[in-house]
Amino acid sequence: MSIETGAPAQIEVVGLRKVFPLSGGGEFAALDDISLKINKGEIYGIIGMSGAGKSTLIRCMNRLETPTDGKILIDGQDVLTMNQKQLNMMRRKMSMIFQQFNLQMQKTVGRNVRYPLEIAGVPKHKANQRVKELLKIVGLEAKEDAYPAQLSGGQKQRVAIARALASNPEVLLCDEATSALDPMTTQSILALLQDINKRLGITVVIITHEMAVIRQVCTRVAILDGGKIAEEGTVDEVFVHTRSAAGKRLFGIIADQENSSDEKLTIPALRIVFDDENAQKPIIATLIRELGVDVNILAADVKRIGEKSYGQMLIAMPEDLESRKKTMDYLKEQGLTVKEVYPQ
Amino acid sequence: MNAAEIFQLIWVAFLETLYMTIPASLIAYVLGLPLGVLLVITRKDGIKPVPTFNTVLGAVVNLLRSIPFVILLAMLFPVTRIVMGTAIGTKSVIFPLVISAFPYVARMVESSLIDVDRGIIEAAQSMGSTTWQIVYKVLLPEAMPSLINGAAICVTTILAYTAMASTAGGGGLGSLAIIKGLNLRKYDIMYVASIVLVILVQLITVSGTKLTRRLDHRIR
Ligand SMILES: Nc1ncnc2c1ncn2[C@@H]1O[C@H](COP(=O)(O)OP(=O)(O)OP(=O)(O)O)[C@@H](O)[C@H]1O
Ligand SMILES: [Mg+2]
Repeated sequence: MSIETGAPAQIEVVGLRKVFPLSGGGEFAALDDISLKINKGEIYGIIGMSGAGKSTLIRCMNRLETPTDGKILIDGQDVLTMNQKQLNMMRRKMSMIFQQFNLQMQKTVGRNVRYPLEIAGVPKHKANQRVKELLKIVGLEAKEDAYPAQLSGGQKQRVAIARALASNPEVLLCDEATSALDPMTTQSILALLQDINKRLGITVVIITHEMAVIRQVCTRVAILDGGKIAEEGTVDEVFVHTRSAAGKRLFGIIADQENSSDEKLTIPALRIVFDDENAQKPIIATLIRELGVDVNILAADVKRIGEKSYGQMLIAMPEDLESRKKTMDYLKEQGLTVKEVYPQ
Repeated sequence: MNAAEIFQLIWVAFLETLYMTIPASLIAYVLGLPLGVLLVITRKDGIKPVPTFNTVLGAVVNLLRSIPFVILLAMLFPVTRIVMGTAIGTKSVIFPLVISAFPYVARMVESSLIDVDRGIIEAAQSMGSTTWQIVYKVLLPEAMPSLINGAAICVTTILAYTAMASTAGGGGLGSLAIIKGLNLRKYDIMYVASIVLVILVQLITVSGTKLTRRLDHRIR
């Protein structure tokens, strides 16, 4: 998808703050000075630990939650100054899907998907036709007359997606849309979201606590930590050059070791980050064969998910300075990101 | 008194009971259903919060509900005369029945609607629904099985109230059992009238439960 630069961003959040009153008096800032820009047609990820404020942030975007302070511009229009009627019109252009699907249990799949059309006053025969189209997009034509209770989790989420698409939205907000699903089903739902983004040009905002989800489908990502944005950028950037502690925590073991005490200044290890191209090269083998250095792999984590693959490896450095330098130089030549770290 | 005569008495009383119960239930729902909806949507965490209004409404409903039916029946005498044209007789009892039952219905409806999953309501909000659309396209359909179950309970309660109609010179199975049966010591009539009442209550309860189960698509 093309990313326009001149036009207003699809969603722009400026200095957003959300404070909840605490039951025992006082208040709690769930979001603190959040600013971010989501471009038209991109898949934007927001990742963070539980309680980081992800849901609060996405719910401010369609004003299910009223911000305490700040601005939210949807296609240049301020959401906070809208009256109820304008807000309802805006919400029809900005659909949302949920972790718990939130389908109406007493209505058939078809009637669930028809709901947004009913409230928009679409004539019945037209609406019914559109319901069939939508169910086809999500691959559930056969389930029109089934009730949600008769469907699997993945199927329910597909129905929710069909329902979300009914109003021809420009944006699809996904709050932990795959968190209640098994890995296989997660894959298929993510693929569907990606397909919708590509085919219909819908901007997708994905909230998750799983890095894999971000890596698989997102173009850009913001890491949310304690109500603040810890880090933001393209997925490649953020993953390969992780700067924030929150980011490192989310990426798992190797980052953890790196963080641990720097008192043990013995021999540094090397943290090597692979990206798409060089994840497949036999770098370690070459290192051993051509430079004659002994390489001891301490930890490795290479993931090939979807279209991209990323990897991290932690190797112990040789003792003598010369082969250490040789190794560094060689790895850098290969276009790898290398960093000296101090494991326990 | 032979069996045919007893049957005749019971049959007339049965019709009188229905004549009080059915209109009273319908009107109680006409008033109680919207009231129950209001009680739910104007709550602090409802879809149209008006907390002060909600508190006042809740207090009024509770007040009305706490007056025992027999006392309400007596208290309402003058008002009943104005509204129904007379304060005595089977028909006149419909009015106090309604007044006594609609707050009960409102609470029953409220408790059904409150059970609707918040997430479903939020989804409807996120799709740009108006308050009215959420009420009649989400809240009521989602709560339907529970509303039916509640209705069965309300109707049986109203049915039980009709037994006190004799206090205001009304008819029905209850009056028959008390006046003819108890006061005139025609115990056979008393027992038959009571048994018919019990069967009626059972019938309503069982069909309410059956219907509830049939309508609920959450299971399976
Ligand atoms: N209505 C509320 N009242 C008070 N505090 C709230 C409310 N909603 C959220 N919070 C608090 O705000 C913080 C952020 O919550 P939020 O639901 O946005 O987190 P999250 O990142 O979505 O977490 P999770 O991954 O568990 O869904 C939490 O500490 C939560 O307790
Ligand atoms: Mg959340």
